[in-house]
Amino acid sequence: MIPEATFHFAGLLAQAVPLAPGSHNILHPGAPQGSHIEWLYWFIFWILLAVYVLMIVGFTRAGAKSRVLSREPLPISEYPEGDRRAKWAVGTAVAITVIILFVVLAISVATGKRVAGMTTSKNPVTISVTGHQWWWEVTYPNPQADQTVTTANEIHVPVGTPVVVLTNSADVIHSFWPPSITGKRDLLPGYSTAFWFQVDQPGVYRGQCAEFCGLQHAHMGFSIVAQSVSDFQAWQQQQLKPAAEPTDQEVARGRAVFLTHTCLMCHTIRGTDAGSRVGPDLTHLASRKMIAAETLPNTTGALAGWIVDPQRIKPGARMTPNPLAPDDLQALVSYLRSLQ
Amino acid sequence: MPVTESIIEKDRQVTRLTPDPELPGRLERTWRQHGGIWGWLTNTDHKAIGVRFMVTAFIFFLLGGILAALIRLQLMRPENSFLGPDAYNQIFTMHGSTMIFLFAVPMMFQGFGVYVVPLMCGARNIAFPRLNLLSYYLYLGGGLLMWIGLLTNTGPDVGWFAYVTLSGPGFSPGHRADIWAQMITFTEVSALGVAICLATTILRHRAPGMTLNRMPILLWEKLVISIMVIFAMPAVMVASSLLLLDRLVGTHFFNPAEGGDVLLYQHLFWFFGHPEVYIIFLPGASIISTLVPCFCRRRILGYTPIVVSVIATGFIGFGVWVHHMFATGLPQLSESFFTAASLMIVIPTGVQFFFWMGTIWHSRLQLRLPMLWVFGYFFVFLIGGLSGVMLASVPLDTQVHDTYFIVAHFHYVLIGGALFPMFAGLYFWFPKITGRMASETLGKWHFWLFFIGFNITFFTMHFLGLRGMPRRVYTYTPDMHWQTLSAIASSGVIFMTAGVIVFIVNVFRSRVAGEIAGNNPWGDASLEWATSSPPPAYNYLYPPTVNGRDALWDALPDQPVVVGLRDDIRETLVTHSLDTEPQHKDEDPGPSIWPLLASLTISATFVGSIFTPWAIPVGAPPVIITLIGWLWPRGHSPTPMRGRESWSH
Amino acid sequence: MEPLREPIRPLTLDVSGLPSVAFGEHNTTWLANVFYMTIEGMMFALMFATYFYLRTRVQHWPPGHLPPAFTYGLANLIVLLLSVVPARLAQKRAPSGNLRAIRIGLAALSAFAIVAVVLRIFEFTVLNCRWSDDAYSSAIWVLIGLHSGHLATELIETLVLLVMSFTPKMEGTRLADVAINSDYWYFVVISGLLMDFLIYGTTRFL
Repeated sequence: MIPEATFHFAGLLAQAVPLAPGSHNILHPGAPQGSHIEWLYWFIFWILLAVYVLMIVGFTRAGAKSRVLSREPLPISEYPEGDRRAKWAVGTAVAITVIILFVVLAISVATGKRVAGMTTSKNPVTISVTGHQWWWEVTYPNPQADQTVTTANEIHVPVGTPVVVLTNSADVIHSFWPPSITGKRDLLPGYSTAFWFQVDQPGVYRGQCAEFCGLQHAHMGFSIVAQSVSDFQAWQQQQLKPAAEPTDQEVARGRAVFLTHTCLMCHTIRGTDAGSRVGPDLTHLASRKMIAAETLPNTTGALAGWIVDPQRIKPGARMTPNPLAPDDLQALVSYLRSLQ
Repeated sequence: MPVTESIIEKDRQVTRLTPDPELPGRLERTWRQHGGIWGWLTNTDHKAIGVRFMVTAFIFFLLGGILAALIRLQLMRPENSFLGPDAYNQIFTMHGSTMIFLFAVPMMFQGFGVYVVPLMCGARNIAFPRLNLLSYYLYLGGGLLMWIGLLTNTGPDVGWFAYVTLSGPGFSPGHRADIWAQMITFTEVSALGVAICLATTILRHRAPGMTLNRMPILLWEKLVISIMVIFAMPAVMVASSLLLLDRLVGTHFFNPAEGGDVLLYQHLFWFFGHPEVYIIFLPGASIISTLVPCFCRRRILGYTPIVVSVIATGFIGFGVWVHHMFATGLPQLSESFFTAASLMIVIPTGVQFFFWMGTIWHSRLQLRLPMLWVFGYFFVFLIGGLSGVMLASVPLDTQVHDTYFIVAHFHYVLIGGALFPMFAGLYFWFPKITGRMASETLGKWHFWLFFIGFNITFFTMHFLGLRGMPRRVYTYTPDMHWQTLSAIASSGVIFMTAGVIVFIVNVFRSRVAGEIAGNNPWGDASLEWATSSPPPAYNYLYPPTVNGRDALWDALPDQPVVVGLRDDIRETLVTHSLDTEPQHKDEDPGPSIWPLLASLTISATFVGSIFTPWAIPVGAPPVIITLIGWLWPRGHSPTPMRGRESWSH
Repeated sequence: MEPLREPIRPLTLDVSGLPSVAFGEHNTTWLANVFYMTIEGMMFALMFATYFYLRTRVQHWPPGHLPPAFTYGLANLIVLLLSVVPARLAQKRAPSGNLRAIRIGLAALSAFAIVAVVLRIFEFTVLNCRWSDDAYSSAIWVLIGLHSGHLATELIETLVLLVMSFTPKMEGTRLADVAINSDYWYFVVISGLLMDFLIYGTTRFL
């Protein structure tokens, strides 16, 4: 068995790649759609704040001016003249309410159109995102099957280009939500819907599942890596290649471990016999920054810890524990780390 | 001319009352409930059942609150190992389901309604008291089922909304989701039963003279809510029943692989779910509309617009459900429609707020304890109501939907809209229920502790949501930087807990040691204050009549009372729905064990059906037998009543 | 101290002469029955909506099944429509307390209801699908099952009233119950009509 220390959980988390502040925040958007929504938020916010302050001032003033200090029930009184004025005031307030609501409606619908409207000026990149308990399957569909990139949890997009997302779910309802880029969209089993977003600034943006989807709903993150068009194309070309062939004996042994244990029952590594689509495609695992749907950094220790006992890190996850001999594990991790 | 005068002048004898010193004793004998445990099980007095609803609902509130505290403990730190995902999912599901189905509706609609409505109508008892009792038992049965489920580690764990396919047979094996679905059946049958009782009481048992135009706003709201319940609750029963069928006998309503549909469930659920929000909000508003004029020592401003607003809320409330589904990617036309409808519902709520403010403006406000809670309601509910405007906007909703922003929003709406009025109402009717005043000093401690703690916890959650924290996550990693805000949110729980403890102490102390209240300690206008505190089993020695909207303030010095109801049987007066002209007399059925027996057979069938579909055919005969036993007439009327001449039609 | 004054004695509104039974819309149970039918009507309406919603999710309707054979269904429809006659008879004669007419009406209504239940059992055998086949089949079965539940309930209620009409207990408010029972029977007939239209009609042209 592996010694406890090699995958000390708390230690792993301390190494987690810190995200730039604002990469997961509704009010610090890094994309045009998020910015439109942020603007709408502040627009409505200031109106509502003004309304709230007015209402509270109104109630406080009404209470303060009318207050009497008496514990005994007083006889009831009438204020016909005051009530007549009060009714006018109420009528005016209702009219103002209607106008405010109408403005909110108009601005909201206009913003909605800007957020949802499809730009056709540029060739969009199409991505298909399929929700799984508890990870994201990401493909870049292409009419030629061998030109289709398949990856998981880490979505690369070119900056300044519209990205069309086709949604799907393999099991339960999930919701795709990168707060700094755009609003969320549910992934419904039995429905395929499409929406789009665009990122203008390069960077890593985090997202997370927003619809309760079972035990590991909390650990179902993803990241969107926005990069220049040339970097994106380079990444795409790299991802299209089959898995790297082992270069040394340790790695070759690792591949053998992979292909002779339960790993291949769920995972694909293109260029080998492993072709199952139950779990994430691992062909270029080492190129990703995080593993287990943004739960752990993609380091040797974390990977080893995850393989040996995923249930300890994500209780309920679909991956079973793999009690490998220490040297088998080491070889397997070396192999996986080689899959650039 | 006041209606009562027309009643009196119309070919009926006009005489002054000759008090009958023997009458209280005879009524007491006739309306008495059985004693002891048997009496408890067979009690059909609406006051006892109303209090029972309130106490039971409050116990579930405490249990739900404990779960909330556990949730806040878990989320206080990142990667906290206090609760695992399995326990956490059960706990947050149970918290939501308990608070909505076992606390908010049973307390605000059933509890207050069953206790207050017949008294406010001037009736001797609620209509169909046995159905009312059955409704209580079924509610209790549903609550026990779910909580026994949790204690035996089969607590529901699919969220209070139980979305398919997560709650379907493929992804939730075992009986956890079944227990949730069957709990829904129990509690909704209970709410429907009470809705029938209350609507009938309001329409048929109002005191002569209390025409629709003079009906207290609280009765208007209870009538509107009852009708909303009647139209909304079947939807959730259909949703949960189809879910159960999918899970237990293999139907495919929600299975996308076999032509089923996951959004169908959401439509059915939210067609109920959004009216449900108003079923919880309107009882609170009805309490505010009752308390404001009483403590302002004046009539309410804008009676008619408020009533129209309440009815409008009832209608529009059925047209906004899709705003819970904006993130599913609906066509833009329906998005715009539901945005408009969701914004429109702000108007009737705004109308009520403006008229409350207008009522306070020119008044002599006594800031007694219940009124303090009313002001708390204004401050708190408004925040929730206004943040609700944001959620009606589709683009904004796609951002904040299912985040802690929503958690903050609906706690402001539900705690603001239901819990604050609930405490206001409990302090207000406490003297009527117990005959003694609640302590104002303790009540103020309770208020400030709760008010401060509530705002600490839930205001903070707005920021968490904007920083991207989704709901229903059992933990989060430290690099998300949510821990400081989460810890602040958790700290508010201490104050809220302290406040609720002060309340409980206050109740237990004041009901034995409080100041004696007298009939009408607040000088309020509605009829329940015309009888003793607590009221006798028969409510009114002489059922009252009404001369204006504010019954006691408008009463004539010699305001007529109803005489001529028999005192040897439990006779009640039935009046016309619109003009309250006395029509005929009904007999109250009195205490009975059959509601308990029926609820036991029904519960056994419901619970059994979780385990095998055969429970339905096997359980049906006992249910039928108990229902026949219940309805089979016992005893004879003293006078034979077969013949046209003895009744009207 | 103010001298004690004789309190003004209130006027009285004497209701002792009012009847103790009401028929038609003044009866409280009648009102409760209206609410009950509204609840049940909502259940039917939502099931109908479910059926039409599921229709939009597939290309062909019924998807891969023959439509239910309508022979028994048609016969049952005729039985249900005819049964309105005895239901109306019992309802009309109830206020007069004419026990003979009530017994005849209730007995005939029970007979029709029994025939309807028997025919309904046969209807289940010719639906050409099983509830666990697909969503369409589930909807058909739940629709017809929901209505059958109402049919059976109403049969039992009518039988109980029939038995009661041979005892001295059939008097006063029980007579009003007979009239209300007929109202509920009309509801069962109308909902059956709509249900038949859905499962025998729409499956052929939708």
